[in-house]
Amino acid sequence: MTRNQIPLWEVFIRPRNGLAHKHCGSVHAADEVMALQAARDVYTRRGEGTSIWVVPSAAITASDPENKAENFEPALSKVYRHPTFYEIPEEVGHM
Amino acid sequence: MAATVSREVLTAFLLRLADDHLVIGHRLSEWCGHAPMLEEDLAMPNMALDLIGQARALYQYAGEVEGKGRDEDQIAYLRRERDYVNCLLAERENGDFAHTMLRQLYFAAFMQPLWQGMLSSSDAHLAGIAAKAEKEVAYHVRHAGEWVVRLGDGTPESTRRMRAAVDALAPYVDELFESDDVTAAIVKAGIAPDPATLRPSFEAIVGPIFAEAGLEWVEASYGQTGGRQGRHGEALGYLLADLQHMQRTYPGMVW
Repeated sequence: MTRNQIPLWEVFIRPRNGLAHKHCGSVHAADEVMALQAARDVYTRRGEGTSIWVVPSAAITASDPENKAENFEPALSKVYRHPTFYEIPEEVGHM
Repeated sequence: MAATVSREVLTAFLLRLADDHLVIGHRLSEWCGHAPMLEEDLAMPNMALDLIGQARALYQYAGEVEGKGRDEDQIAYLRRERDYVNCLLAERENGDFAHTMLRQLYFAAFMQPLWQGMLSSSDAHLAGIAAKAEKEVAYHVRHAGEWVVRLGDGTPESTRRMRAAVDALAPYVDELFESDDVTAAIVKAGIAPDPATLRPSFEAIVGPIFAEAGLEWVEASYGQTGGRQGRHGEALGYLLADLQHMQRTYPGMVW
């Protein structure tokens, strides 16, 4: 079996209820069922998660690092976009 | 009130279960560092650790019941080959990945209804071990089953290998469901179900997986047996040489 018959999957784990799924790595698997099993075995062995998502890596469209300057640098000088002047009430919890 | 069993009978029963788990767990652990892909290199030792964990719990309990002061290490590592009473399926060599996955499916499909039956065991300690093991074995059925489907119904080569595994392991299935005086006494005391009654559950697990994998069930022309009486194949001796090496070389060594 050659490698290109086993596609790559991105793995997202949700550590606790109420938190978002977070990208934690990738696995090789023949299909989505095997990808979930592989993700379970590779990334949740120490009780890291309560829920797993797997997404075909090929389905992810990524920004081009070459466009870093035009994409992200304009935001650097606009400090007023950061909500750092507010105090977040306790009850809000995770932001 | 159900009948009770003697220490000897309960010990004999626990050792069978424990030896099955230690030996097949050790077999799986042999893949560590050699699996076909990283994902399986973690998955197989993961299952091995489940199995060896179950073996530990059973050996500890067997040592208590036996009452001769042997601890889990002494029972696991310091017996002679003939004293091991695991089923022959557990000690079969890993062969290729298809062999290993099919062996695991058979063992898990046998253990799943057995653990489920022991959830309501008259022996509270065993029921406790079953409660934990039952969840682990469900995953083993799923993991091994998914691989059997994909290899059986995969490429020409994977199909050929999976069929070869079905042929090779066919003689080792019937032994799982053997009953004898020990199991009869255990059943009478309400400790565990009769292995002979687990066959329909085993087939209900393996049957649909074979159907999906496009595999034909093969009846062995004769069944291999003798593991429960300590009569093993050549394979177990080599396995024990590995397994016991440290305790034999450095007696009493601890991690």
